[in-house]
Amino acid sequence: MTSLKIAFAPEAAERKHKERITGSEAIIHSLLEEGVDTIFGYPGGAIMPFYDKLYLFQDKLMHILSRHEQGAVHAAQGYARASKKVGVCVATSGPGATNLITGIADAMIDSTPLVCITGQVASPLLGTDAFQETDVVGISAPVTKWNYQITKASEIPEVLAKAFYIARSGRPGPVLIDITKDAQFGEFEFEYRKCISLRSYKPVPELDKTQVEKAADLINKAKKPYVLVGQGVLLSGAQAELDAFLKKTGIPAASTLLGLSALPADHPNYVGYLGMHGNYGPNIKTNECDVLIAVGMRFDDRVTGDVKRYAKQAQVIHIDIDKAEINKIIKADCPIIADAKEALQALTAKCEAKTHQDWMNEFKACDEIEFDKVIAKEVYPSSGKVTMAEVIRHISELTSGEAIVVTDVGQHQMVANRYYKYKKPYSNITSGGLGTMGFALPASMGAALGAPERPVIAVIGDGGFQMTIQELGTIFQFQIPVKILVLNNEFLGMVRQWQQLFFEKRYSATEMTNPDFVTIAKGYQIDANRVEHREELKTSLENWLNHPGPSFLEVMVEQEENVFPMVPTGASVSEVRLE
Amino acid sequence: MIHLFSLGVFTEDKIGLLNRTTGIFTRRNISIESLTVSETELSGVFRFNIKIKTTHEQIQKVAGQIEKLIEVLRVQVFEEDETIYQEIALYKVPTSELIKSDNIERLVRLHSARILYVGPEFMVIEKTGHKEETQQLFADLEPFGILEFVRSGRIFVSKSTENLISYLSKVESHPTQLQPIV
Ligand SMILES: Cc1ncc(C[n+]2csc(CCOP(=O)(O)OP(=O)(O)O)c2C)c(N)n1
Repeated sequence: MTSLKIAFAPEAAERKHKERITGSEAIIHSLLEEGVDTIFGYPGGAIMPFYDKLYLFQDKLMHILSRHEQGAVHAAQGYARASKKVGVCVATSGPGATNLITGIADAMIDSTPLVCITGQVASPLLGTDAFQETDVVGISAPVTKWNYQITKASEIPEVLAKAFYIARSGRPGPVLIDITKDAQFGEFEFEYRKCISLRSYKPVPELDKTQVEKAADLINKAKKPYVLVGQGVLLSGAQAELDAFLKKTGIPAASTLLGLSALPADHPNYVGYLGMHGNYGPNIKTNECDVLIAVGMRFDDRVTGDVKRYAKQAQVIHIDIDKAEINKIIKADCPIIADAKEALQALTAKCEAKTHQDWMNEFKACDEIEFDKVIAKEVYPSSGKVTMAEVIRHISELTSGEAIVVTDVGQHQMVANRYYKYKKPYSNITSGGLGTMGFALPASMGAALGAPERPVIAVIGDGGFQMTIQELGTIFQFQIPVKILVLNNEFLGMVRQWQQLFFEKRYSATEMTNPDFVTIAKGYQIDANRVEHREELKTSLENWLNHPGPSFLEVMVEQEENVFPMVPTGASVSEVRLE
Repeated sequence: MIHLFSLGVFTEDKIGLLNRTTGIFTRRNISIESLTVSETELSGVFRFNIKIKTTHEQIQKVAGQIEKLIEVLRVQVFEEDETIYQEIALYKVPTSELIKSDNIERLVRLHSARILYVGPEFMVIEKTGHKEETQQLFADLEPFGILEFVRSGRIFVSKSTENLISYLSKVESHPTQLQPIV
């Protein structure tokens, strides 16, 4: 293991907890040393030695047995995003490991810290096509921040220390550690020390003060400055610094999908949500501002629309901890490569106190247009079938915006994030970059365990629900108190919307003949109900939310509803459509 | 505009890192012109020399992505005229040709190549030089029947005076730092 030579401090001679244990126990002790108390996983041959030792540690390390490894990894993601800790999941070799890949790819693109542990065939069998052997290190390389195969028990503590350090530091991400079966059985003298640095990895770049001054100068001179808030703010825990910056400078701020809840919905500077189905003002004003201040966001194409026609008039200040994000999509006139918290603090100090009332009012004017054209009729409909938007409005009111909302992928995701009025940070958990259907149900389990003091609501479409529906079993077994909402339009709604708008209504493979979801949920002994009419909606929602423990509600919604505003693919943000 | 670039990627010794590095090119549908890997003068630090044809904009992005890999210490990007570079080629030709006439010997002299090996069946000629030069010798030897030919990837040193290795050895001598035990 040449790359991991350790500098033993002189005091190492008087190590305290030196005892001979097996690799499997070492995994458990290492997890405990990292403060892990909950893990998600699924057993199998190559990881059995670990599960055997886990039996003895049930009081210290809670293991949530998912119903599919994809469920375990999404749960670990939900756990990480709600608790701000590293999510941990465990799977066996071969199919167990490959079943994790979707979630790992999702965590990679959404910067979620995970440590995924996979069992592997015994080291002498590597490369022999042994039973359940897969090159998971090779397969996972493009979708992990780091990965490593352990073939000797003695490597375990140091490699796991490194894994946790890499997963959580800098721009967080998933790490996969593949451990051969013989390494799990091997015995060695265990000793754990946390990783504090790697010479080839500088997670937090040093803040360049001259860039801060340059940015402050641009901001101070700006007539129409505009802030875009990304998940980097939440990952850095920079909510207070962002608030101070906005209050002092008076600049309007919009949020990306993953940045939602970094600012409370009623924040005086908050103007709404960006992107393909974001708000009207935040999209069109991008092409009218003179200084664009992007904080911890990566200019995803769902945010920018056509990049050739994106913010061309503006001077761009891009704050990001990941140097490789600078100039990747949008050229930054003033890059600040730093942690968002530190950068915002420094920037606030250099910025003049101002208000931009006229500019702010321009956003308000856009809000009115959007309200008249889109919001009013979908949030307060008087006839027809229930709309997704009115369901979300009720939920937002009933929970006072205090819940964690975990969304799946599709129309319901966009609608939930448009209309839920987040009050607290770390409340929006969704699959943004990868857009993984099937994410929400398992992620909500993780969120509920990661933030047990908070109500957790999963909002899911009838399509996505059936991608990981088996996790109802996990929810039932562990009595995880998530409130599950299925907005049933009997279509793969988002795809159907595109077919309607761009493929002349050829509804190819988007119609769903669904089972009786209520009966299924009841089969798992989860309290379950269905709503078909507006009159029953509010009461049903109240009962569903107030039910102690897990509960399920299916709401039959308008079948061919479309989500607007919409920036069609290839269009500019200025061309956002309201109908 | 497409240019030829040389990337010097300095890395820790880690299984799979080359795979991750080439994956960055694969994902962007960029082909690698040549690649060599060797240990540097600093034990445990390796160097990938990658020759690539792409645009200025793309090379910066790619270099950024490579530098982001955990075990990559540093990526240097050079244009053609910023490096001194060399390649090596080996030519296997039938020994009979050497015996028949002095043509081969003349070519070897002319190209400043050298004869590495002579056996009863075949001989091996070695030539170092830029691609055009090794290619020219290939063309000249072709009439005699080339049994086998191989050319190495490009290796280079930069014209810059920065000494990365002495810098690296000063930073920290150990790749991983663990919390001291108290
Ligand atoms: C795993 C996966 N497969 C396919 C897609 C493509 N896709 C995006 S949205 C969508 C429809 C989702 O339908 P549903 O879950 O019913 O939600 P709705 O849009 O109706 O709210 C599909 C198929 C995806 N995002 N993820």
